[in-house]
Amino acid sequence: MFRQARWDEPLIFELSRPGRRGFIVPEIDPVIKEAVGDIKIPAKLRREKPPELPEVSEVEVIRHYTRLTQMSYGVDNGPVPLGSCTMKYNPRVAFEIAFDPRVTMLHPLQDERTVQGLLEILYHLQEWLKHITGMDYCCLHPAAGAHGELAGMLLTRKYHELRGQLDKKREIIVPDSAHGTNPASASMAGFKVVEVPSDENGNIDLDALRAVAGESTAGLMITNPSTLGLFEENIEEITRIIHSVDGLLYYDGANLNGIMGYARPGDMGFDIAHINIHKTFSSPHGGGGPGAGPICIKDRIVDPDKNIWLHDLLPGYRVVYDEEKGMYRLEGPSKHSVGLLKTFFGNVIPLVWGYVYILSLGARGLRLATEQAVLNTNYFIELIKDVRGYSIPYGPGRHRKHEVVISAEKMKDETDVTAEDIAKGLLDAGLHAPTIYFPLIVKEALMTEFTESETIENIEEYAERLKEISQIAYTNPSKAKEWPLNTSVKRIDNVRANHPKTLAPTWRIYLRKMGKADSNV
Amino acid sequence: MGHPWMPNSAEETRRKMLEKIGVKKIDELFNDIPPSIRMNPKEWDKLPIGEGKILSEIEVRRRAESLLSKNKVFKNPPPFLGCGAWPHYVPAPVRYIVSRGEFLTAYTPYQAEINQGLMQALFEYQSMMAELLDMDIVNSSMYDWGSAAAEALLMALRVKRGRKKIVLCGTLNPFHEKVIRTYLAPHDALIVKTGIDREQGICKAEELEKLVDKDTAAIYIENPNFFGLIEENIQEISDITHRAGALYVIGVEPLSLGLIKPPGQLGADIAVGEGQPLGLGLNYGGPYLGIFAIRYDMKLLRQMPGRLIGLTTTIDGKDRAFAMILQTREQHIRREKATSNICTNEALSAIAAAVYLALLGKKGITKLAELIYYNSHYAAKKLSEINGVNTRVFTADFFKEFPLRLEASGKKYSELHEYLLNNGVHGGYYVGNIYPWLGETAIFSFTELHTKNNIDRLAVLIKNFLEG
Repeated sequence: MFRQARWDEPLIFELSRPGRRGFIVPEIDPVIKEAVGDIKIPAKLRREKPPELPEVSEVEVIRHYTRLTQMSYGVDNGPVPLGSCTMKYNPRVAFEIAFDPRVTMLHPLQDERTVQGLLEILYHLQEWLKHITGMDYCCLHPAAGAHGELAGMLLTRKYHELRGQLDKKREIIVPDSAHGTNPASASMAGFKVVEVPSDENGNIDLDALRAVAGESTAGLMITNPSTLGLFEENIEEITRIIHSVDGLLYYDGANLNGIMGYARPGDMGFDIAHINIHKTFSSPHGGGGPGAGPICIKDRIVDPDKNIWLHDLLPGYRVVYDEEKGMYRLEGPSKHSVGLLKTFFGNVIPLVWGYVYILSLGARGLRLATEQAVLNTNYFIELIKDVRGYSIPYGPGRHRKHEVVISAEKMKDETDVTAEDIAKGLLDAGLHAPTIYFPLIVKEALMTEFTESETIENIEEYAERLKEISQIAYTNPSKAKEWPLNTSVKRIDNVRANHPKTLAPTWRIYLRKMGKADSNV
Repeated sequence: MGHPWMPNSAEETRRKMLEKIGVKKIDELFNDIPPSIRMNPKEWDKLPIGEGKILSEIEVRRRAESLLSKNKVFKNPPPFLGCGAWPHYVPAPVRYIVSRGEFLTAYTPYQAEINQGLMQALFEYQSMMAELLDMDIVNSSMYDWGSAAAEALLMALRVKRGRKKIVLCGTLNPFHEKVIRTYLAPHDALIVKTGIDREQGICKAEELEKLVDKDTAAIYIENPNFFGLIEENIQEISDITHRAGALYVIGVEPLSLGLIKPPGQLGADIAVGEGQPLGLGLNYGGPYLGIFAIRYDMKLLRQMPGRLIGLTTTIDGKDRAFAMILQTREQHIRREKATSNICTNEALSAIAAAVYLALLGKKGITKLAELIYYNSHYAAKKLSEINGVNTRVFTADFFKEFPLRLEASGKKYSELHEYLLNNGVHGGYYVGNIYPWLGETAIFSFTELHTKNNIDRLAVLIKNFLEG
């Protein structure tokens, strides 16, 4: 039986008492004070009142945040089968290596000769990712998957610009099952987004694709396997269609965990791909981030007269090995690069974490991870497929890869119990819910991805709980509306949370709206 | 035997599962991959990925150790490097809290009821950062300062639809400028940049006033600026900005706000900054923490990028609760019409910053800012006593860092850099290539981690170099 901790934990501001402190700042050296004299910042630029930060002791800080962790739930607590998020186990050996002071204490502008060990790690990671994706170049600069997508879209834009085609190449094609970041990234790079539908087998509708692909097509963004967990069977025809109109193919690597060792984006005909280190290569999600989103490319000539290649357009920095000097160094951004996407090199902690994951497994182990992930998905399908109220739309009978999307549409129609209610019912059993209401093409979607990390016992328990929820929905549906009861709070008032009158994005706004702005907090 | 990270990889379990699925061999599950692009597993296994086999943890540690030992960590003294990331002390409770698995291994809190603690921590980050900046609304993080500044200017172009011009104060960090130019490239914006007042080292307000017009969407200024200097005309520039009906975007280093007037009191509509000093490592460039704040204005709020956590109650009204709010701005709902494509952010860095700010508190943040101010001013004074060294290249007051110029003829900074390195010291960041008119100049940074002895020894080394 699951019972989440439930502390009536005040906000850190409410714990504040005058004179308490959580950290002693050393005194200024008297000789230094004497030598420097008074602070010379002009009065008009000097802060007059200290910020209203809380005054709390170290003991209280540790207790407060420890209690907050007890009201949180991650992969370390139990299954988190959020589809397309690849919530696999985050190996602790990688934590220790990635957070070693010989990584965390390196300044990004430090002399390259003093960071040779780290550059060697990053160089190997680049090389391994090339082989894993079947691409020619990899760049570790982007900080997240969506950041990699933006990099890829800027690269696509620059490619057409340098070929003098940008006036025409205005559109990016995205399937209707795509992650929301795909259209958002295309749009941030100044493209118009054109959607294509999926057919009943979960593949892109080829006729629809042929109809929209043309002179104005700059490129296509897809995941493969798709968000339905299905391998896109017509991928070769798709790449042929897009290449025939001089578009570039972008591979969203969010679902790479479904095919490692069995297929590579480079072999499928993709030109650009991003990889989510925080999904496929096991760095933790940290409650929302950080991640790392390297991009890899298949090289191609951009401008034969000027000898510009696609790799010349890559953003940020690449690690290269200088044979002559026997040294690793950073290269870029070069003259034709799309530029810097973040201030410094990249998100190094997740990158080192990914390095350790790949080092530990090698090619054979990565293939094993994919096999186990796919095995878990299909085993789960067997347990759930005939349960009343659920169905598995698109590609009937096809094996899924890393994830499966269950629809609770029938249950909703017959009992009014929704995907959201089901999610809350899972939480009550101490199981994190799947991704719900996504992909948009499936009604009452429960997008479920167990990864290679989940035990058979937990998968069976998950299926049992879904069965139990179905029974309750068909016998006593009002009960489902009360869930969750075992989490630290019951269902949340999202209307109040979002209403302009009650909207409280910070404590100061909350106090102002409650008429307590001047209260002593 | 199964792999430790894959519980079902034990042969017995695998067989049982395959049987239930109704396939004989695991590769049958991949039969829908066309043969022409399907990888032969044997060939895949031979690819040079990792060390060609599954390794034990002991072997992994051995390999990692051999590589990490090739890095040189500058501890005593810490590197005298700043320019967007600075060596600061990370209090032990910060690292401890963000190492706890419930935070570390959680996803974005899409299921609010089971992740209230995580959301409260993020709400507290937003709220404490709002106090530090004296701004109303802070999002739960962007990637870093550079990308936050770029997103702020993209936001300004949306809020001031129809206006095309972005004015940058020329004293901004050149790395940030590059990021801004990358993000704005597709958006038909006209980016203009002021010069640098070569005496004071700050933004030229008169020149800026001439550049600002009715087509200007935003003005961007950093305070302290790239050279560590305090922008004395920052209030005047605010007035110029608002007279033109444009948005004022101020970029800050957060620890400076213990001493310097916060953006909320300088007329900022949007404030951005680098949260790395607040309990994060240097990490060779990331993860850091992009700070992003606005004043409370629905027009701004609707165009704000990034995730926001809000305070609310449970439906029965009995308990306080936290929820992700205004998600209709975000990519998973609004797709191509979203305010940004950002999804994965730097939430764990924001939690680190929350713990850091709670520990330092109201008084600690001011004391720490003073300590940094005094250390850096002592260094400027001490180093300026050396013949041939100029630490007052500009007249404006500074915080934490300043340019150091070698005035002695024929002396190259690169030679000093080598000399320092040979003595176990990492000097500042050379900027003579970015600003040729500055000559043999590097920006040196001094924090609470640099002791008086560290600074005195640096002075001795530079003196020896110049005299030697």
